[in-house]
Amino acid sequence: MTTTAVPTKPWAKSPRDRIRDFSFAILAIAFSYAFVGVTAMKGKLAYAAILIIAYALITGVFAFVTRGGPAAKDAVIKSCVAIGAILTVLPIASIIFTVLKNGLPGIHLSMFTNDMSMATPTDPIATGGLLHAITGTLTMVLLALIMSVPIGILTALYLTEISGKFAGPIRFLVQAMSGVPSIVAGLFILSAVLYPITKAYSGLMGALALTILMIPTIARTSEEVLRLIPNDLREAGTALGGTQWRTVAMIVLPAARSGLMTAVILGIARIAGETAPILLLTGGGDKINPNAFNGPMGSLPYYIWKSFNAGSPEALTRAWAGLLVLMVLILILFTAARALSTRKVSK
Amino acid sequence: MSNATLVPEARKISTEPRRSDKVFRGIVTTGGLSSLVILGLIALFLAYRGYEVLQQEGLGFITKAEWAITTDDAGNVLESHFGLSAMLVGTILCSLVAVVIALPISVFSALFLNFYAPNWMKKILIAIVDMMAAFPSILFGIWGFLVLMPSVEYWGKLINKYLGWIPLFEVKPYFFTRSPFVAGVVLAIMIIPIITSVSREIFAQAPLDRIQAAFALGATRWAMIKAVVIPHGRSGVIGGAMLGLGRAMGETVAVYTVLNIVFQINWHVLLGAGGNVASLIILKFGEASPYEIKALMAAGLILFLLTLVVNALANVIVKSTGKSGR
Repeated sequence: MTTTAVPTKPWAKSPRDRIRDFSFAILAIAFSYAFVGVTAMKGKLAYAAILIIAYALITGVFAFVTRGGPAAKDAVIKSCVAIGAILTVLPIASIIFTVLKNGLPGIHLSMFTNDMSMATPTDPIATGGLLHAITGTLTMVLLALIMSVPIGILTALYLTEISGKFAGPIRFLVQAMSGVPSIVAGLFILSAVLYPITKAYSGLMGALALTILMIPTIARTSEEVLRLIPNDLREAGTALGGTQWRTVAMIVLPAARSGLMTAVILGIARIAGETAPILLLTGGGDKINPNAFNGPMGSLPYYIWKSFNAGSPEALTRAWAGLLVLMVLILILFTAARALSTRKVSK
Repeated sequence: MSNATLVPEARKISTEPRRSDKVFRGIVTTGGLSSLVILGLIALFLAYRGYEVLQQEGLGFITKAEWAITTDDAGNVLESHFGLSAMLVGTILCSLVAVVIALPISVFSALFLNFYAPNWMKKILIAIVDMMAAFPSILFGIWGFLVLMPSVEYWGKLINKYLGWIPLFEVKPYFFTRSPFVAGVVLAIMIIPIITSVSREIFAQAPLDRIQAAFALGATRWAMIKAVVIPHGRSGVIGGAMLGLGRAMGETVAVYTVLNIVFQINWHVLLGAGGNVASLIILKFGEASPYEIKALMAAGLILFLLTLVVNALANVIVKSTGKSGR
């Protein structure tokens, strides 16, 4: 007769523990209802607050009775930590829910084929659309990409491949640059380019401001990616007689390709919804304007802003629909970035 | 026929890079210096445009609260007073409220992510927090205005009712709408992801052997965190909070949508009157005369320098903790 050893898991929760945890939760809910009912307090906030305090107290007291003081402290902190996580996620759940609830009624197919040149934000929702805003945003993002990707990746290459005597200060400056408020970037382009040179609103001005905001994101993410490329590859390139230029161009950069794509996508996600510089620089036209160098150009943030400030129910629905489109755009970009960088993350 | 072997000339060995490498290094270094150039140009141009106003107002630009300009019909400036103090006080007040609210929540959720959450939940939550950091400020602004503001006003009234004897929470006249407190709560929600992810990374660097040693000595989870993780990550968390502070100070659209901008120094958080340098620029830009634009440029310069200092300090603090603790 043979006996098979069954591994025991003394740390696993037994059904009894589960029942106990569950009954504590029920008890806390019941207590909060009773407490709020008896006293003069009212409202969701009171329920939530009492529920949290009650749960922390019940688990704390139980731990104190069964296992003593330190365990009680541990139990109370455990509830606090869970509350912290809930409070972090709650706003985003509320944001997504609100945008879906208010934005979906404003979504219709013809909005993706029409612009606002024949409609005002307060018109019925079926007229007009946001094609001009989508094309404008895409044009500006594309222009900003053309300018910021080379600069960002060159900065990252300087920090990782050359790492000369300026590497420390430049890393510091890139960090500092990522904290530049977007409105300051807008004012800078206004003072340095728009007033002295072009003297007119255009998509290019917006793209220039977006470039400033995008460079640090791309540079920092690319630097992290390039750092992950094993040094063996660089040494192999040099050992084969390659110059540094050929090693970087033909070995390091191709090896880091997907990571660099992630950097670029994160950069786009960072700037796609940027509003303040757009308000200062683009003029926000209502018509499709394919020429970024001439004439005011609409964009999603400007469209949302304009509709939101128009104030009527139709205009608000338009604003929410615009927010929904913007949010979906950012979600898609973000998912793409994560999918591309799974290799990096799973390391 | 001579039989002498051809002795090849000794190859010159040099560490001198080839021409292609020189060009490559030149280009990369130029690109690398761009951040320096851009930051320098921002300071230079804003100072150049704002110089006239800064000279006119002198130190009063920072210490006075009035913001007014009168022009005649031809657009000539008759009289102008530009003072930023109300906006500066408002900026600091809003962002401090934001940090005070966001810091405990972020630290707790970072602890949850690192030491309490099961693995699958951890992955999902990190993705959510990262995504939240990429959401545009206009989204937070409009959501805050239409969804959050009524509840926050109610919280404000509660605080005033029970803690109104503290001067900070005094509300006279009785007006709660669009107060710095509301703006602070919206900003707090915007900076929670930043502080959370910085703290999470710092906490994750806590030495594993010490964590295991604490558990082996019979510590509860909280005792371990108190003994190992918090001493290791304290200054990193402070740095993260300052990064959030810098972000909150420069925030424009979200604050503009929820804040009632008044040109009067107001230290009462719950009173519906506040200010914010970045929102001032959006507010006044539309109808500003060329001279007022110069004043706005000067305001932008002050904001730029302020955020630069806060960010630089934050980065220094975060960086110095990454290495310590071992």
